[in-house]
Amino acid sequence: MPPARVLLAALLVVVALAVQVTLLARLRLPGATPDLLLLVVLALALAYGPAFGLGVGFGAGLAADLVPPADHEVGRWALVLTLVGYLAGAARGETRRSAFVPLVVVGAAGASSVLLFAGLGALMDDPNITWGAVTDLLPTAVLYDVVLSAFVVPGVLAVASRVEPDTEAFAGATR
Amino acid sequence: MNDTRRTRVLLALLLVTSVSLITIDYRGGDDSPLNGVRSFAATLFGPVERVAAAIAKPVSDAVEGVSGLGDGRDEAARLDRQNKELRRRLRTGALDRSRGQELDDLLKVAGAGQYRIVPARVIAVGAAQTFSWTVTLDAGSRDGIRPDMTVLDGDGLVGRVKTVGPTTSTVLLAVDPESSVGVRLEASLEVGFTTGQGIRDQGDLDLRLLDGQSTVAPGDRLVTFGSQGDTPYVPGVPVGRVVTVSGSPGSQTRTAVVSPYVDFTSLDLVGVVVEPPRKEPRDSVLPPKPAATPTPTVTVTVTATPQASGSG
Repeated sequence: MPPARVLLAALLVVVALAVQVTLLARLRLPGATPDLLLLVVLALALAYGPAFGLGVGFGAGLAADLVPPADHEVGRWALVLTLVGYLAGAARGETRRSAFVPLVVVGAAGASSVLLFAGLGALMDDPNITWGAVTDLLPTAVLYDVVLSAFVVPGVLAVASRVEPDTEAFAGATR
Repeated sequence: MNDTRRTRVLLALLLVTSVSLITIDYRGGDDSPLNGVRSFAATLFGPVERVAAAIAKPVSDAVEGVSGLGDGRDEAARLDRQNKELRRRLRTGALDRSRGQELDDLLKVAGAGQYRIVPARVIAVGAAQTFSWTVTLDAGSRDGIRPDMTVLDGDGLVGRVKTVGPTTSTVLLAVDPESSVGVRLEASLEVGFTTGQGIRDQGDLDLRLLDGQSTVAPGDRLVTFGSQGDTPYVPGVPVGRVVTVSGSPGSQTRTAVVSPYVDFTSLDLVGVVVEPPRKEPRDSVLPPKPAATPTPTVTVTVTATPQASGSG
């Protein structure tokens, strides 16, 4: 795998995680925390495709599972973000058709990541997972992610195409 | 075509890896073989978090104090800007004072209970999507912090230390559903335990008393009972106040809802108890009971006016 995009992904993941735990989560917005890490994985998957997307998703998820103050089974975010990265990468052809599709992708990823992470916890009798706790988070998780994606996704895409344009993406682009 | 097949193989491989990691970590419980990787990650990422928190602190403070600076072409705009600037200074001044107050309270609690503490700041908070209530402190094993130490602040019990890195440590808050704290009712020997319920509108802790005959009532205050060997909880730390009681006396167990003293949404300065008190502090750490509200009495003071009968 070319190192330029790998370095870019690593840098973005570290920054996103740091901002998420030291700033976004501390704001204690009602409901969910804006999931910057998820958006970075999504954007990189849209930029470089499903293979890169799932790799970034796995790495970012593993980091989110390990970095303090994480206190859940290692592998839960890794599993969730691997799937998100793969599916977003696979859907990237669709996202070029209209401006509306990326919003749907972000919203769906926001909701399904919360549900899948909670579902994995429920399988292991995690006492923190209750139906009420999940439904409290779900609407705001989607809302915050969609709003934040308007800034994050185009930004990451611009940087990504400057760092290392994806040949396949530009061949398929119909601007 | 070949490319998509390779992608799918990679996907399957990473999903299987994730599931295996989850299984290993889940089976391992508190002695999980992955704890080593966890502390390695804390070693690596702890310093990053400390730097990020230092950068983020003024940013989040500014979010409170921000007011756009006008273009200021005329006098009114200039004065307006000055006014805003002065207000901002006033606000940050108030912020500094409130921090001094926090430290004061913390030292008072530590002094009252004879706890030896290491003060620390909260630098990171777990995202709500992880469903667990944990925070990271900017003090770690180099500062003498070990797993299962009690964490408190100027108001009362915060939680216990879960994992420790060289310069950071992670605290499981008392409001986390995995937290179970042995407590005692003030001025009695009645014991029970509280379980976290996350942060909800009214009372974040559920209390279960071991004695079904208990006469617990709303307003009763709770302190930690103290765990065996003082880990993870040292005795005498104020926990909270009973809000509502359910179940009648005589039933199997009595349960109640407790409102904690600590405001878990705005944790900042905390203390980690590195040495438990030599003797049990009993109820001495609790703030003095609010005096019974005195019935208002109207006092009329009549002062004789000397000029009343004078000639001038």
